[in-house]
Amino acid sequence: MIRANRDAARLPPPATSTARATQAPRPGRARRKARLTDLAIDIVLMLFCLAMILPLVLLVANAFKTPAEMLTWPPTILPREPTLANLTAVLGDTPLLRWILNSLLFAVLSMIAIVVTSAIAGYVFAKFRYRSLSVVFAIVLATAIVPFEVYMIPLYFQVQGLGLLNSTAGLLLGYLVMSFGIFLIRQNVIHSIPDELLEAARIDGAGEWWIFLHVVLPLLRGALAALAVLAFFQAWTAFAWPLIVATSKESYTIEVGLALFQTGYTVDLGRLSAASAVVLIPSVTLFVVLRRHFVEGIAATGLKE
Amino acid sequence: MTRPVLKRKQFLFALAALVPVLAVYVWVRIMPIGEILRLSLHKWDLISSNKPFIGLANFRELFQDDLFLTALSNTAIIAFGVLAITIPLSIGIAALIHHRMRSRFAGFFETAVFIPHVVSLVPAAMAWKWIFDAKLGPLNAMLASVSIEPRAWLFDPFWSIVCIIVLCSWQALGYAVLIYLVGFRNLPRSLYEAAVLDGSTGWQRFRFISVPLLKPITLYVSVVTLVSGFNVYAQAFVLASDSQGAPGRQVRVLVLDMLENAFRNYRIGYAASEAVVLLLIVLLLTLVQFSLLRDRSARP
Repeated sequence: MIRANRDAARLPPPATSTARATQAPRPGRARRKARLTDLAIDIVLMLFCLAMILPLVLLVANAFKTPAEMLTWPPTILPREPTLANLTAVLGDTPLLRWILNSLLFAVLSMIAIVVTSAIAGYVFAKFRYRSLSVVFAIVLATAIVPFEVYMIPLYFQVQGLGLLNSTAGLLLGYLVMSFGIFLIRQNVIHSIPDELLEAARIDGAGEWWIFLHVVLPLLRGALAALAVLAFFQAWTAFAWPLIVATSKESYTIEVGLALFQTGYTVDLGRLSAASAVVLIPSVTLFVVLRRHFVEGIAATGLKE
Repeated sequence: MTRPVLKRKQFLFALAALVPVLAVYVWVRIMPIGEILRLSLHKWDLISSNKPFIGLANFRELFQDDLFLTALSNTAIIAFGVLAITIPLSIGIAALIHHRMRSRFAGFFETAVFIPHVVSLVPAAMAWKWIFDAKLGPLNAMLASVSIEPRAWLFDPFWSIVCIIVLCSWQALGYAVLIYLVGFRNLPRSLYEAAVLDGSTGWQRFRFISVPLLKPITLYVSVVTLVSGFNVYAQAFVLASDSQGAPGRQVRVLVLDMLENAFRNYRIGYAASEAVVLLLIVLLLTLVQFSLLRDRSARP
């Protein structure tokens, strides 16, 4: 049967019809077997995916359980007697909402700064061809490899020198630019904005700033949205930097606040879970809503080659 | 408008737009990177005001420093451990998801695998800390139900590192799967159709077509995973810091050792030299990636 198919394929029909030709004469048993395989794969994937999110689901469930129920085996997904006691306790113990607000402000400002700087630099690097610019771009690319952790100590002293420790502005200093963002926008400009379009606008007498704001930016909407989501989550989940820059209890970000809260002597699991759930639920919701943009942005990181 | 005028206008725009951005870039990236290289060659203990130049003495001291060497080996074990779990698992999962792209659950699969990668580190780490917890954790409860001896996972020098590897792999997996999915989508379909005609099995197509063709992606994901593995910090901070207050039971990793030297021991120059070691590791990994890629493209 395989040989017969191969002979059929030697004729030069379009690719799709070859594929159909190989499937159509397949006996019902083979097709049923393929469907069973697919079902098995679906089940395996489903179990694996549920296992992936189980830790988070259980954590959120724990937030609403009584201390006794938290110890039961097997753990319950839906609390039998849901309680808000953990939540109210943790809100009383810690300035949790303040920390969330700090993180939110930091993440939003960082997102704006990164989108603006990346849009400008990415566009100029893509469309203005001066030799000096390619040298500068090479330097930007080269520094992109350097992890944040490597240079955060000198950066800390810069923030200290400005008297900005324990402030959102100080946090922001580390997250004003993103080398990858500049790279991403440059790639997008090269691929999606033809030179002719800019030339046509220039011939019509448009100024360079007008072209940037009214021609280029609207065409980059998708890429900028992807970058914005990426930048927001990057700042939202930042840990080492806020840990050293924000050291007073009022200036903690939510990550730092939670991490230090959980080292306390008297902290119980219920309150830890409640605090975590308060952070997890909105960020997971936000992610699910913005998933498309996010996936685009992340996927773009892998396309460097 | 004449051409030279237009050219000059463009040049002025490029200058006016780019200079502020570059100024910020130099200020918050280039300057601190330069400064870390400079500091690593100086002895600067925060309390004293003079910073004498001491050449490579910091580095010489580092490689006789037991704490640093422990941190370096722990970090390397974690980075390569995460790599060993993440790469095979993610290419397999990505292949299965790609195969079932038209399944009605495809969106759920992608989201579920990816969620651990985006959620905040600390709450995610706390979920695992609870799972591994000696007294309250479901892991021990589960083991007890099949009568396996429970363990204080996070207090054992060996198992606590394994726990960190599990947590980091759980987080790294989503990113790797996503990049592989992009890779699978870009593979030439004709090759697979030809292989199907030749009567190959799904496993053979995966093993002998997908895996070799995806090698550049594997290389990229490996380097990204290793680099983020070498930067591991929050995971170790949460998992191995303990609420029962027994100091010294932490899994020492590079970033932790560096921050401790800088902000607890006030040895800034010494901490800077650790940062430079971290930088050299990252550069080395990137160099290996590029040279392997070049090898491939040079081949006929």
